[in-house]
Amino acid sequence: MSVTKPLARQRVDVDRFRPPLFTKLLGSSITAGTWLVTLIFFFPVLWMLLTSFKHESAAATRPPTLFTGYTVEQYRSVFDSGILPFALNSVMTSLISVGIVLVLALPAAYALSIRPIGRWQDGLFFFLSTKMLPASAALAAIYVLAQELHLLDTVWVLVLLYTTMNLPIAVWMLRSFLLEIPQEVIEAAKVDGAGFIRTLWSVILPILAPGMGACALICFIFAWNEFFFAVNLTSTRATTMPLFLVGFITSEGLFWARLCAAATLCALPVVIAGWIAQNKLVRGLSLGAVK
Amino acid sequence: MSSIPVVARPAPKQTPLPAKTRVELRREGWSRRLPFLPAFLVTVALTQLPFVLTLIYSFTNWNLLFPGKRSFIGFDNYTRAFADPVFRQAAVNTVVITATSVIASVLIGLALAMLLDRAFRGRGIARTLLITPFLVMPAAASLIWKTTILNAGGGVLNWVLTPLGGSDIDWAGHHATLTVIFVLVWQWTPFMMLILLAGLQSQPGEVLEAARVDGAKGWQIFRYMTFPHLRQYFELGIVLGAIYILQAFDQVYLITQGGPGTQTTILPYFLYLRTFRGGQIGFAAAAGVIVVIATIIIATFALRLVASMFRQEPNR
Repeated sequence: MSVTKPLARQRVDVDRFRPPLFTKLLGSSITAGTWLVTLIFFFPVLWMLLTSFKHESAAATRPPTLFTGYTVEQYRSVFDSGILPFALNSVMTSLISVGIVLVLALPAAYALSIRPIGRWQDGLFFFLSTKMLPASAALAAIYVLAQELHLLDTVWVLVLLYTTMNLPIAVWMLRSFLLEIPQEVIEAAKVDGAGFIRTLWSVILPILAPGMGACALICFIFAWNEFFFAVNLTSTRATTMPLFLVGFITSEGLFWARLCAAATLCALPVVIAGWIAQNKLVRGLSLGAVK
Repeated sequence: MSSIPVVARPAPKQTPLPAKTRVELRREGWSRRLPFLPAFLVTVALTQLPFVLTLIYSFTNWNLLFPGKRSFIGFDNYTRAFADPVFRQAAVNTVVITATSVIASVLIGLALAMLLDRAFRGRGIARTLLITPFLVMPAAASLIWKTTILNAGGGVLNWVLTPLGGSDIDWAGHHATLTVIFVLVWQWTPFMMLILLAGLQSQPGEVLEAARVDGAKGWQIFRYMTFPHLRQYFELGIVLGAIYILQAFDQVYLITQGGPGTQTTILPYFLYLRTFRGGQIGFAAAAGVIVVIATIIIATFALRLVASMFRQEPNR
């Protein structure tokens, strides 16, 4: 930007043709349009939240009611209908699988970035390729395998599957964070006589902590929201939150408020996790390719 | 950074040591490989084992409803799968729903990204609200859409459409494919928006400014500078979006149950039906193998697309 002078002159020229008022109006109408679109996109979530606080009689009326007596009665009835075992199963499957994923992915990401194995590109793409195979294609085999190993309807079958599902994401994502650590820092640790474990623990991990956190949140999001395997491989003991929700399906306009309360409770942990991780979200979702 | 930085650091210059013995080199290789192995072996075991079993089962007539009869029947399941009109319909549905959803969410995502790429009051809040549809549990979102929004009697959408002449439309029943696509697009647009927004914001500001100074008009800048710059972000969004949307299940299971008829039966739902409602392990496995082979063919192209981002990477 060393040519400030001609730049300023140009700006004045443009301003003469486009009066500030017009520019201002255009700007505010684009902003207004942006907000309108944003609210349209957010509306279903907002509506879920509003409906969850309504009385059942006000939940499915036409015209829809906005100003009505709000209540927490629906939440009370959702809690009374035994949400706890479902929530516990969801928490267990998500947290255990995320823990395993991080423990496995960190060394692998290290071996694909800082101290790379011989054919690291192949290794990297091997992980990506497993994400491309449709899991549903192997559903019959996974079901039979889980049955043979007495894993059907246990949280462990879900833990194993969610680990597999998230491992490629975590490897790619952590690798992209590791590549940002200056090589000199690691070299310096080596010169000081630190071994692999020591370098990892006291040099790499502190720098990597925010990235690991974001990675954990993203794996948590996918594990918590997973439905396909949960519905097909569990029945009574290991059922997770999405299945709790299925119990609230009713026909034609009955108990919508309660359904909305249950849906809000199911969605809440991940929405909060996603909002916290939102600055790293795009990086995780793009497997570390976009920063 | 004008390109997506998936670049590995160049190998550190090693001080020329006295020639390493072969044993030392091999030990070096294994010490590098060791941290890689646990994740690799777990992934191989958990992804490849089920597929090997799928391949084996696909040649049997195993049916959960008749557990006694179980023998190898050669390629019978495959010929039956290819002849099955529902399977073919499911394949077509999957392609149509995936392609439409990906394209629509990329286009809407681009529009949203461009709207968010300018400074305005509350931009952070708008972004937070816009990514929320992606975060809401798909099962929950599907049920909310099906009931409070799209229901014929009490849904909000029909009430909004009343002045326009439409009312009491049974969306999930009469416009099933559209409904499924709609919900998928709603969920995946934020994903595309985030990726394209990152692309827009990684544009070098000085270059755009220079173009403006040189008298380039808004659409010219978009057509000749922004669009080519965004190209690899489009590719990334399309490939990743397609990977996930191809496996969509929740929306169909909870909103349309694959119907009416087989109108919204997509492959994951078809495989689920054959495995659990029909107990046809052998047939479902054969259909699964066909799906996997088709996916591999498509994925090879997709991977090549993603691999182009590695062009600038040094070999080591």
